[in-house]
Amino acid sequence: MNDTFQRQLYHYTALIFLALIALAPIWVMIATSFKNDVLVQDGTPLWFFFHPTLENYEYILTRGKFDRYLTNSVIVAVSSTIITLLLGGFCAYALARLDFKGRALMANSTLLVRMVPPAVLAVPAFAFVTLTGVDSDLAVLTFFYTALNLPFAIWLLFGFYKQIPVELEEAAIVDGASPLQVFFKVLFPLMTSGYAVAAIFTFRIAWNEFILALLLTGRTTRTLPVGAAGFITDTGIEWGRIMAMGTLIVIPPLLFTFFAARQIIAGMTAGAVKG
Amino acid sequence: MTVLTQSRKPRFAAETMTPYTFITPAILVMLGGLLYPVFMAFYLSFYDWEIGRDLAKAPFLGVDNFVRMVQDPQVWEVLWVTLRFGFWTITIEMTLGVALALLLEKPIRGASIFRTIFILPLMVSPVVVGLIWRYLFDARIGWINYYLGAFFGIEPQVWLGDADLAFFAIVFTDIWQWTPFIFIIVIAGLQALPSEVVEASTIDGANWYQQIFLVKLPMIKSILIIALLMRLIDVFRGLEVMLIMTGGGPGRSTELLSLHIYNRAFDTQQLGYASAISVLLILIVFAISTAILTMANPMKSKSDV
Repeated sequence: MNDTFQRQLYHYTALIFLALIALAPIWVMIATSFKNDVLVQDGTPLWFFFHPTLENYEYILTRGKFDRYLTNSVIVAVSSTIITLLLGGFCAYALARLDFKGRALMANSTLLVRMVPPAVLAVPAFAFVTLTGVDSDLAVLTFFYTALNLPFAIWLLFGFYKQIPVELEEAAIVDGASPLQVFFKVLFPLMTSGYAVAAIFTFRIAWNEFILALLLTGRTTRTLPVGAAGFITDTGIEWGRIMAMGTLIVIPPLLFTFFAARQIIAGMTAGAVKG
Repeated sequence: MTVLTQSRKPRFAAETMTPYTFITPAILVMLGGLLYPVFMAFYLSFYDWEIGRDLAKAPFLGVDNFVRMVQDPQVWEVLWVTLRFGFWTITIEMTLGVALALLLEKPIRGASIFRTIFILPLMVSPVVVGLIWRYLFDARIGWINYYLGAFFGIEPQVWLGDADLAFFAIVFTDIWQWTPFIFIIVIAGLQALPSEVVEASTIDGANWYQQIFLVKLPMIKSILIIALLMRLIDVFRGLEVMLIMTGGGPGRSTELLSLHIYNRAFDTQQLGYASAISVLLILIVFAISTAILTMANPMKSKSDV
């Protein structure tokens, strides 16, 4: 009894310590975003007890182009997520269920293209923009994000499709369902958690991505990370304002994490553990 | 039931058609968005193309860019930085992540809350991670200097202005963001282990040390390999955190290969030469990826089930 209590105490102390390390930097950002310039420049850490001010947020929301950045980010992240899930879902289904020539090659190359470093895309993306002149077009960015996310989405959804018993589909086919009916009416309801995980990961990449967004967007099509980086100037950084911007950027992925942590962990480990 | 015989022939046609109709849209997007740029990088690596110059008039160089790359001390320097960065971050992240997972694998009350907290660093945008840690490491107002001074009496350091300290800073930042990744993958693997095996080893008199190193870790070997190789590839992928924190400096002390390509292309504006280095990066990542596919191919093993 005493021993288990001690062990539990040990466990919880370790857990709380780790949780603090994970959270502290994020909290520092949030706290700093509510400080006025004098407090920020003071350099004395104040974790909680200071008079919070909204002036940084006010500046960002009214004087910056935050609403425009936000709109662009939402458009690109949401549309690339939807397209990725649709195309990736079809492809994963075919790889998991249908037998066709080139299936193994397709599966392997999907894993390989997943590894393409974004830095490699930077120069060709820039070349594309300068050659075609389709600068500052959100559709181009959406297309690249869809391409970047598809291999992972296919890989993830493949695992989820594999888990569904084949008998379900066979029964539906015997009853006269077409492949598309099987896909949408029989399988989709069973795949919602798989699609949720894929959606969170796809959204997260598209929402956070910086390099391609920087190269492929213009004055009117900048996304939030590009907007935030724009606050870094040669004359110095306005920490309060940039931290407010950072806090606003981090909110959607953090909310997702809180609501779907279980699924996220399942998805993150699906490939590794079941392999 | 008459419908069944009637629809036999059309369904045969549909069955041979559908696999390709299912996969073609995804293939087209990946071809256009990933493979075409990769081939474009190969193509550009043979030209001397600078920003502002018409690509059609860019001089063809043959393999000159590659010859230059091999002889370029800067490339070897950033490759060395990248390898050192990879060595330190991956060694520490794997050790810490596995140790924490072993420490915390027991199902306890509130486990899901702690797991949620532990994946938060993974969700933060790299740009924001760079910003937060640039602030924390700031020489004048950074909290790290403040606490080191307050608790240990250490003089304020110019963290991001000194080659060794800046390297330490980016390693530290990477560990903060990515140790949770190892932790979560390993803890999921440990919990998927059949409890009979662990129990049997206890009955056989295995001590704590033997149980970990002779029973548990060997059983999750394939998970450990996948986690290791994924992190290895990430070392060659990311550049945002360093771009925001240090820009690669001072000198080239925090300039990883990816960031070097970016700086070459858009800072010194040599797009052709940057493409040649991209080809080097592709080859490195391709080699690691092939290792993953050979050692542990998740799609293959799953389709065998």
